[in-house]
Amino acid sequence: MTQRRNAAIAALSLAFTALAGCSADGDSKGATVELLNVSYDPTRELYTAINPKFAAKWKAETGQTVRITMSHGGSGKQARAVIDGLDADVATLALAYDVDEIAARSDALTTPWQTRLANNSAPYTSTIVFLVRSGNPKGIRDWGDLVKPGVQVITPNPKTSGGARWNFLAAWAYGRQASGSDAGAEDYVQRLFAHVPVLDSGARGATTTFVERGIGDVLLAWENEAFLAQKELGKGRFDIVVPSISILAEPTVAVLDGNAKRHGTTEVAEAYLKYLYTPEAQDIIGRNHYRPNNPAAAAKYATQFPQLKLVTIDEDFGGWQAAQKRFFADGGIFDRIFAKTKR
Amino acid sequence: MTARPATSGAARFALIALAIGFLALFLLLPLVAVFAEALAKGFGAYAAAIAEPDALAAIRLTLLVAAIAVPLNIVFGIAAAWAIAKFDFPGKTVLTSFIDLPFSVSPVVAGLIYVLLFGAHGWFGPWLRVHDIQIIFAVPGIVLATVFVTFPFVARELIPLMSEQGRDDEEAALSLGASGFQTFWRVTLPNIRWGLLYGVLLCNARAMGEFGAVSVVSGHLRGQTNTMPLHVEILYNEYNFVAAFAVASLLALLALVTLILKSIVEWRFDYQRGGAGH
Amino acid sequence: MATRAPGRPLHGPDPATPDRSVGAASVIPGFGLTMGLTIAWLSLIVLIPLSSIFLRAAGMGWADFVAAGFSPRAIAAYKVSFGTALIAALVNALFGLLTAWVLVRYDFPGRRIVGALVDLPFALPAAVAGIALTAIYAGNGWVGQYLEPLGFKVAYTPVGITVALIFIGLPFVVRSVEPVLADLSAEVEEAALSLGARPWQVFARVILPAILPALLTGFALAFARGVGEYGSVIFIAGNMPFTSEIAPLLIVTQLEQYDYAAATAIAAVMLIASFALLLAINLVQAWSRRRVDG
Repeated sequence: MTQRRNAAIAALSLAFTALAGCSADGDSKGATVELLNVSYDPTRELYTAINPKFAAKWKAETGQTVRITMSHGGSGKQARAVIDGLDADVATLALAYDVDEIAARSDALTTPWQTRLANNSAPYTSTIVFLVRSGNPKGIRDWGDLVKPGVQVITPNPKTSGGARWNFLAAWAYGRQASGSDAGAEDYVQRLFAHVPVLDSGARGATTTFVERGIGDVLLAWENEAFLAQKELGKGRFDIVVPSISILAEPTVAVLDGNAKRHGTTEVAEAYLKYLYTPEAQDIIGRNHYRPNNPAAAAKYATQFPQLKLVTIDEDFGGWQAAQKRFFADGGIFDRIFAKTKR
Repeated sequence: MTARPATSGAARFALIALAIGFLALFLLLPLVAVFAEALAKGFGAYAAAIAEPDALAAIRLTLLVAAIAVPLNIVFGIAAAWAIAKFDFPGKTVLTSFIDLPFSVSPVVAGLIYVLLFGAHGWFGPWLRVHDIQIIFAVPGIVLATVFVTFPFVARELIPLMSEQGRDDEEAALSLGASGFQTFWRVTLPNIRWGLLYGVLLCNARAMGEFGAVSVVSGHLRGQTNTMPLHVEILYNEYNFVAAFAVASLLALLALVTLILKSIVEWRFDYQRGGAGH
Repeated sequence: MATRAPGRPLHGPDPATPDRSVGAASVIPGFGLTMGLTIAWLSLIVLIPLSSIFLRAAGMGWADFVAAGFSPRAIAAYKVSFGTALIAALVNALFGLLTAWVLVRYDFPGRRIVGALVDLPFALPAAVAGIALTAIYAGNGWVGQYLEPLGFKVAYTPVGITVALIFIGLPFVVRSVEPVLADLSAEVEEAALSLGARPWQVFARVILPAILPALLTGFALAFARGVGEYGSVIFIAGNMPFTSEIAPLLIVTQLEQYDYAAATAIAAVMLIASFALLLAINLVQAWSRRRVDG
């Protein structure tokens, strides 16, 4: 009996030790260094390809083994986790606003951060295109076709998904160009969202809805997601349609210097992000259907990426802070549109 | 409703058919779907999906979390049942209601409360940060959220059972000179063992399967803080549907084993009661 | 006293049955130890964490709390959550009663298996149920492909949410009603029948009143669980604000846009609703105890 009792006590104390004893290995002076990269939804394949290459390079240069852990999710959700204390070393998110929020709401990141790396800290760009079902049965050529009767559009929720915010702004840019006014743009976007039957919380959920569940006629998607869906999820089942106008999406990266300093990982984290700009990484980026910055890689993959008119967040929307406040904050245009369409 | 005490053959058949049809459509079909989707690309793909390192890490984490949360709630459940069932005190109903509370609290709220407590901006956040202790987005946070959602299972199973059994047996043992602990171990525990096992089974099933609460506090670090249900979601979001359903099927298997064990316990329980009572 | 089969794990008749009032001077030891452990553990895991919601909400000020907790979108989300949970609980009350009836009253091949199957939602993780239900009821799914041409959409509509909640809630009703039904003596029914009552009269006048408290308890439990359910619903709901966005999802959404105040306010509203439901359940049980005892 006492034996069993002792076993029970041992099990219990073990449990408490496990509860209390936490991962507190912040010391990087050893042979292994840990890096946590908090990223947005669609970059899983990209970093799966990049991480081993960087690890090999870092090992060759410093002799140190680097283990990179990934966390993926909707961009806003990921930023929220960092703000709440997810101890990441680098953030590679869908848009600058979410990184701004980390800087504003926590001590994980100091400002200014966006000037620390080239191209506004965006190692690659992308844009928003349409994915339609094979043969384009609904004859969708441009944004105007999305609001025709009987067309269903799939896009995630701009409140939670970074990609969806780019979608929304691209649609807005079309509406403004077509009508010549902001009122016309709002009218267009409102009609567009009346054609949206499902609002997933992230880009990946939206793609799944469109591809696997067969809902909708058009998916508004990251260009890289559209390529991936076409390639991975069903050859010949989908076509990509490039609209007349879209937005230059600039997913941004930053070393979370506050966290990294505490972990002693500043050096490796900075090297990791700088590596994204090297020709080797830029080639991987192009291969994964993101638009590389590097001219050589851009030229190599140029045939993938059609030229189209791209508006930018800074020039056309006055930067992310202004755009977020105007469109996506509570009581903003997105809320207004939904309050109107749904009641 | 056309139910009657002495039902005619046809009505009886119709009722049975209706009930079974309903259960098949709403309960059995989802279970079948999990296995059908998991094996959609053959057994090789299924095995590969489960042997994948991140899947194994998720399985290990799920087992670890359950191995911590379930024993804690067993100890608590027995203590609570002992206090509530064997003694009279004011506020008993209130206490019982509090123990029930996690049943009716949304799992999302269960996750949120720990973020409010232990998040970087929570009550204890700054202190934890100074001392470099990670609770949220690490295993302790997942354990806490799991303990919360599985909190009432064991206690709720034991309280009615122990109050029904009363305290005569214990009082007899004590009067014969047994110590308190001996009384519990030799008298109470054998009396409640099937009920206890039953509560533990349900507690364990929920601990391994919890999604909402754990999702809020996990941080979704691959290979580190993804439990099996979270890993299912991740695979699902990676368009890896076969793998998602493969891991899901492990959880479904767990559910089946739970149901089988539960049926056995029920049978033993009925048998024991039938022998003693009627 | 009703036979308490272990199949009724969650809320049996309240344990505080004061049928053996021995008084505080019991010879049984361990009250201090177990009570202390209970209170401490309860406070640490449940009460203190839950109070954080209310303290945060209280810190907001009343106007802000109402603005965040009762915004049009939040109200729409409550309507979806409470509405679908209510319909699901009603369906479960009906079919749960039917299932319990069939399990108790009839013997048929596979009865034990059916009996075990009822508990599946307790054992199967909600997220697994969610993706399975989505796969079944989506437009290209096993069942959805036959419903869609009829103009009947399930997945990504409030109907889909209801389906998921029916799955989650069924065992609560069956397991509440089953033991009470099993305990009903057949003699009263036979007497009524022999006195010329029609079978439906027997059901309405004799059986239903006897099982009503248990049925109500099961209904309330299924309802309470459905209101807060997240994992199984999230995959099958369309998540459209104002039509298919459930309140727990709105909490998550508000969190993800850094709006802790709104998330906390909605959580507080949901918590109060949970308290109220729990109170209702306890009142029903107290009422039924009085009926049985008195």
